Amino acid sequence: MQVDLRILRFDPERDSAPHWERYAVESQPMDRVLSLLHLVKAEIDGTLTFRRSCGHGICGSDAMLINGRNRLACKIRVDQLGRKITVAPLTGLPVVKDLVVDMEGFFGKYRSVLPFFVNDSPPPERERLQGPADRARYDDTTKCILCAACTTSCPSFWAQPSYVGPAAIVNAHRFIFDSRDEAADDRLEILADRDGVWRCRTIFNCVDACPRNINITRAILEVSRAAVERSA
Amino acid sequence: MRIDHDALVVGAGGAGLFAALELAKAGVSTGVLTKLYPTRSHTGAAQGGVCAALGNQEEDHWEWHMFDTVKGGDYLVDQDAAEVLAREAVECIIDLEHMGLPFNRTPDGKIDQRRFGGHTRNFGEGPVKRSCFAADRTGHMILQTLYQSCIRAGVKFYDEYHVVDLLFEGGDGGDGGRAAGAVGHRIGDGGLHTFRAKAVLLATGGNGRMFRITSNAYSLTGDGMALVYRHGIPLEDMEFYQFHPTGLYGLGILLSEAARGEGGYLLNKDGERFMDRYAPKLMELAPRDMVSRAIYLELRDGRGAGPQGDYVYLDVHHLGRAVIEEKLPDITDFARVYLGVEPLSEPVPIVPTAHYAMGGIPTDLRTRVIRDERNTVVDGLFAAGEVACVSVHGANRLGTNSLVDLLVYGRRAGLEMAAYCRAAEMPEVAADAEAPVRSELEELRGRREGESPVELKAALAATMMDNVGVFRTGEMIATAVRDVASIRERYARVRVQDGGSVFNTDLLEARELGYLIDNAEAMAHSALARTESRGAHSREDYPARDDAVWLKHTLAFRGEPVPTLRYKPVTITRFEPKPRTY
Repeated sequence: MQVDLRILRFDPERDSAPHWERYAVESQPMDRVLSLLHLVKAEIDGTLTFRRSCGHGICGSDAMLINGRNRLACKIRVDQLGRKITVAPLTGLPVVKDLVVDMEGFFGKYRSVLPFFVNDSPPPERERLQGPADRARYDDTTKCILCAACTTSCPSFWAQPSYVGPAAIVNAHRFIFDSRDEAADDRLEILADRDGVWRCRTIFNCVDACPRNINITRAILEVSRAAVERSA
Repeated sequence: MRIDHDALVVGAGGAGLFAALELAKAGVSTGVLTKLYPTRSHTGAAQGGVCAALGNQEEDHWEWHMFDTVKGGDYLVDQDAAEVLAREAVECIIDLEHMGLPFNRTPDGKIDQRRFGGHTRNFGEGPVKRSCFAADRTGHMILQTLYQSCIRAGVKFYDEYHVVDLLFEGGDGGDGGRAAGAVGHRIGDGGLHTFRAKAVLLATGGNGRMFRITSNAYSLTGDGMALVYRHGIPLEDMEFYQFHPTGLYGLGILLSEAARGEGGYLLNKDGERFMDRYAPKLMELAPRDMVSRAIYLELRDGRGAGPQGDYVYLDVHHLGRAVIEEKLPDITDFARVYLGVEPLSEPVPIVPTAHYAMGGIPTDLRTRVIRDERNTVVDGLFAAGEVACVSVHGANRLGTNSLVDLLVYGRRAGLEMAAYCRAAEMPEVAADAEAPVRSELEELRGRREGESPVELKAALAATMMDNVGVFRTGEMIATAVRDVASIRERYARVRVQDGGSVFNTDLLEARELGYLIDNAEAMAHSALARTESRGAHSREDYPARDDAVWLKHTLAFRGEPVPTLRYKPVTITRFEPKPRTY
């Protein structure tokens, strides 16, 4: 079947503003959008620029706005989208070129929530023990691949770019609810800031956008609740 | 622009990150150069687990792990390296747990363990639970945990810089020179930067993109191997390349061996568990080279499924929803998303997929790069992980041992480099150190006429897949040798369409293709010369293992017009070579 593919293009060395380009591409229903982008780059225009690496949804390189929703290009198929497909860069991050956005601010917010394990008491000779129930407590948020699909789908982030955003909160959650970690208090203090958890309006765009099916809104609510309990 | 660090790590997968972490903890100024963001590295794609003889579920010993590694590698493994691997695996796993890695747990709170292919109790008696895991995203959790620890330790990252050259002082790398740094091409703006360092670690991963069907990320183009090869340092055992038995049909995306570790079956079109014919004791948990060959033989004998009879099935439905959803969630998702198949009720079409380079840059046990058959060290240059060949995998790697390798030897690299940096002076590099590679890149970018690198890459991937795959003959490999030579010649005339400086992936991919061609050349020539079958190198014209002649490592040196091959002995300590049956 032929797909009418429209891509929002921008080359900072040539263009003053982004513009749409249309490509008619032959495809199969099970093709992924990433395959279509590769097809355009190989056969029509070698200057088309996008990030990709693993090609199967676990590295987080190719999140983009596809038919109006944030998706990984390597994980969304033509048969899920129909014959008209639009592809644009993630919203709310500066565009570098075509579908490539500047991720520095996103990773800066991630680093701001102490996204690492803290337990400075001397470890035992073997593993620290953690029962399956305690392990399950933060399982969901360990799945995050930092693709930025959630944060850049969030209207609160669009409205207030200083908002730390769902991805950073997810990564804080992963440690706050780990029974072995000792820095929950520090993270909750950071996230109780005006640009922290309170900016979440439970719009659920993040949950829809997450390619790892993380229940992000629930994670944010759990962090909010912990922040309230801490200040009480 | 020049940037100085005492230690430079090239590549931010598991090996690079573990080394960087140890360097930072030792107080050494460390820069990490990576062409991706670190969390995109392909370590994150590893699924099933990481073996260590913790003995949490049943009796286990590092000697058993070492034996399995040696036997799995068809006795081409350097046994001193395998001993280090199996011993230090245990402390590395504990170390990672102390860094917060969320392993699955036993009811009493210990790290859970499961079975994996080729890993046995008591020197081959039967499967053992040795693989530590975090669902089927173990690699993801290792990558995340190491990256998080590096952030905490203050490691400096240069994200989206592509390594385009290595620098040496006092002669080339293969000629007695000492490592002095590397040149990085900043993808974002096209700038070239000289990174000067006392110690350089190559941790750039594998080269699976030279094959048409592969589990490897697009980024795995053999960069580190090609760069040392260009500087006169040989590549070791390149003919040994692993095809993983269970790639998704048509795509090559990996379905973890964990599916079989949990009890999944391989079935032919008649619904028969065909491994019974090939490895009656270990069945589906035989080593990967044997399982991949068994699948090819089933297909060849007309027992393949599907309209073209060109795949077999991986069946997990009998494991039940709980096991599938809790222990194999990601691969279940892959089957649903990419093939539209529901593993809870149907078998999944699979074929072998190009997966892992057992060979690579030769190193000693201290991860120091060596440049000849006498184990002469290249000062200041280190390699670890898939890019390296220490050699713990020999002729065939066991499942999970890639992660074990990058942890054990990545950590060793960091410790070794820290000690080296304390004693070494900062080398001198020329003010215009990036000049040679600048002119190469400018010529490539400015060429107005020429062939598309895309077609050339497809031609390379096709000939390597068809001729240097699971089964090989002298005739097939000779075809690949000729094809690669012609592709190399055509590569001198490729043209990129994008002439810009900002995020020029067209140029990046053309550069990567050049690296792949070097890798393929070394592989094809090494494979043609080895007239025996051992591990993953399976020659139909020489079906037997020949220890009298071939119990030795290949070293391929770049040469004109063809590479020069030399050989070095295998280190044997505890286990005398025996026939390999399972």
